[in-house]
Amino acid sequence: MKEKIHIFQPKLSWLAIPFALIFIAYFIVPLTLTLIVSFWDYTEYSIIPDFIVGNYIYIFDGCFTFENGLCLTFKTYISTFFFCFFTWLITLLLGFCVAYFLAFYVNSLPLQITLFLICTIPFWTSNVIRMVSWIPLLGRNGLVNDTLITLGLIQEPIEWLLYSTFSVILALVHLYTLFMIVPIFNSMLRIDKEVIEAAYDSGANQFQIIKNVIIPLCKPGIIIGSIFVITVVMGDFLTIGIMGGQQLASIGKIINTEMNYLQLPGAAANSVILLFITIFIIIVMTKFIDIRKEL
Amino acid sequence: MHKKGSLGFFIFLIIFSFFVVFLYGPILSIILLSFQGPSGGLTFPLNGFSLYWFGELWKGSGLVDIGASFRRSIMLGIFVMILTVVLSVSAGLAFRKKFIGSDLLFYTTIASLIVPSIVLSLGVALEFRLIDSIIVTIGEMFEIQIILENFQTSLGMYTSGFGAQLTWTLPFGLLIMFAIFNRFDKSLEEAARDLGANPNQTFWYVVFPIIAPSIVGIALFGFTLSYDELARSSQVMGATNTLPLDLRGLTTTVTTPIIYALGTVTTSISFLVIGISLSFVYLLRHRKIK
Repeated sequence: MKEKIHIFQPKLSWLAIPFALIFIAYFIVPLTLTLIVSFWDYTEYSIIPDFIVGNYIYIFDGCFTFENGLCLTFKTYISTFFFCFFTWLITLLLGFCVAYFLAFYVNSLPLQITLFLICTIPFWTSNVIRMVSWIPLLGRNGLVNDTLITLGLIQEPIEWLLYSTFSVILALVHLYTLFMIVPIFNSMLRIDKEVIEAAYDSGANQFQIIKNVIIPLCKPGIIIGSIFVITVVMGDFLTIGIMGGQQLASIGKIINTEMNYLQLPGAAANSVILLFITIFIIIVMTKFIDIRKEL
Repeated sequence: MHKKGSLGFFIFLIIFSFFVVFLYGPILSIILLSFQGPSGGLTFPLNGFSLYWFGELWKGSGLVDIGASFRRSIMLGIFVMILTVVLSVSAGLAFRKKFIGSDLLFYTTIASLIVPSIVLSLGVALEFRLIDSIIVTIGEMFEIQIILENFQTSLGMYTSGFGAQLTWTLPFGLLIMFAIFNRFDKSLEEAARDLGANPNQTFWYVVFPIIAPSIVGIALFGFTLSYDELARSSQVMGATNTLPLDLRGLTTTVTTPIIYALGTVTTSISFLVIGISLSFVYLLRHRKIK
């Protein structure tokens, strides 16, 4: 709980106005327009104000009759959910272990800060370069294939290392594990060490302590991290595009392609659907936590 | 429990070390490969050692005008950094007390952080395309020659581009401000006022020095996230390209180590900025109290 010290403080709420204006101009209005334009008509050259549901009908064309198997939209969402699920699972496991090591095994504060920064620094560098940097390792003649051939473990280079589902998930984990580490680490730092000592003294082993003490107390951090990772992968089009060799499907890529062909109302309709699915996922996940208390 | 030298310690140490290698290994490999000789390829082993590919990069051979997009990205990064710092710090101060709509603004900020970037980019692009059609319509209605002859688009780095990037940098700025003010000892301000300081003096002599390291942190987020931003920027830069946009184009067309040289240069700049910022934070935290 926050302590309440009553002191005279000038009212500074007007200072939030410029901040709010940015979000009105570049967030609220654009999203509202996206919703409106998703009901507009369009030709090859222009978009026409209207109120039609054609864009939505087009997206779900043939989706509920299953005449030709799954429709394109469902296939794309299944592909997107697939990337989401595996990226989420791996970043969660990896992020939890890294945060656990930092929070409980590193006792000196300067060392803790240094190691934490080592994990954070790549976040401030270019995502595209971080993706490109997998090419010399995973390519057909890359380091991994070369090493495996030299060791005699394989005869032919493995083809699925790059421009594949594997490389997409690898790159997503590479880019976004930090989104798990930070909130989980933050939650772990708040755990009273005495609680853990008490559990240990009562005879609990490490596995039991992690399972019954640490994970429940880290739940808010785990949920916040999961929200970050899932939302960023749901809308991803760059990683799946670049690391998938432009061969794999995601809903973000469909929107991006439609925009490049100036099919803006179609892209808007797809965006609205994506947005609602994302919001639904977040609502399900945030049911029990208050983000603001976690800072 | 959690003793150094226990089995658990080694298991988690190995996982952590693996993670650090995983994090830095790939980038180290392209830095190494960018220093190859002229016959170098995209994969190991290294063919010679030279600065040849940096020379090629400098000459701009076979590339789009990288130098120009590089300068544009730096300028935009600085612009976004300044706005991120000013807007986040002022909003952070406002948020210390509840105000009308403060909850709404807070949740809007969080929503902005997790809205799919492609959706935001589309929305901002739509907004400015609609502004375009309004401008053109006005031009036609009143036969304004300047508009009819010269107007192309209102989309640009400093109209739509920076705003789309701010929706990504400002949430980080505000969260950092929340983190510092949630731990802020208000009795310090009380003491300053008891000693007769006016609100201005209280801010500049008491509050500001305490939050200064965090402000440097916000600046770091503002610059680096703008300088490397691609997803939200992808549709809103108008006719100009920033460096990440060009880089993305190059990933499919360039087949020489020149792209690694470019990667080395742009990563070095990021590291330089990070290094300077973190040193600043360190110095501000450890300065002597006069």
